[in-house]
Amino acid sequence: MNVMYFAWVRERIGVPFEDVQTTAVTVSDLVVELSAREDRYAAAFADVSALRVALDQELADFDAPLAGVREVAFFPPMTGG
Amino acid sequence: MSVRVQDAAFDAGAELNAFSGGDGVGAIVSFTGIVRDTDGTLAAMEIEHYPGMTERAIQAIVDEAMTRWALVDALVIHRFGRLSAGAPIMMVATKSAHRADAFAAADFLMDYLKSRAPFWKKETTADGSAWVAAKDADEDALDRW
Repeated sequence: MNVMYFAWVRERIGVPFEDVQTTAVTVSDLVVELSAREDRYAAAFADVSALRVALDQELADFDAPLAGVREVAFFPPMTGG
Repeated sequence: MSVRVQDAAFDAGAELNAFSGGDGVGAIVSFTGIVRDTDGTLAAMEIEHYPGMTERAIQAIVDEAMTRWALVDALVIHRFGRLSAGAPIMMVATKSAHRADAFAAADFLMDYLKSRAPFWKKETTADGSAWVAAKDADEDALDRW
């Protein structure tokens, strides 16, 4: 699936998006899997309460299932307006 | 209704004039957000967004406003990219038969655009760059709707 990162999450991980092959069942599982890969992921995901996630461009919870999802995006709380 | 997400500058006055008019319209409310230079040191503000989700999220917010209030029309323009102090960032306009609907809907649109449209602001000053943190008050503001 396509995994995207925005704002400081993108800066910490170092790429705006990447293709990730995973068997993670939920968003939280994916976070654990990515965090175990390299320090830059662990740094970005150190406090998931400071993060938001969108599945196929809709806001979702970290316990949401990933089945059928094509695009996951991680980002800090939004600051529009 | 119209939702525009763009890097180009816009003329809020011209946009408001173009938005005006329409059968049965008795009230128009607009809000324009400006890049604020709080202590005179802002060099630039970078606005990042999530192309695709941004348009969908704003459209969903506008649809909700059209359902909740008796609006004739609504307009949302939001810029992204590098902006200077004093530049318009975004504007919202609503029109309705009576002012209460237009005021409430514009207020609602602003509260939701703050916290539910995928934009992130980064300020650059002489001291460096920093992401603008979301405020608890902005999240709490959603509870009143």
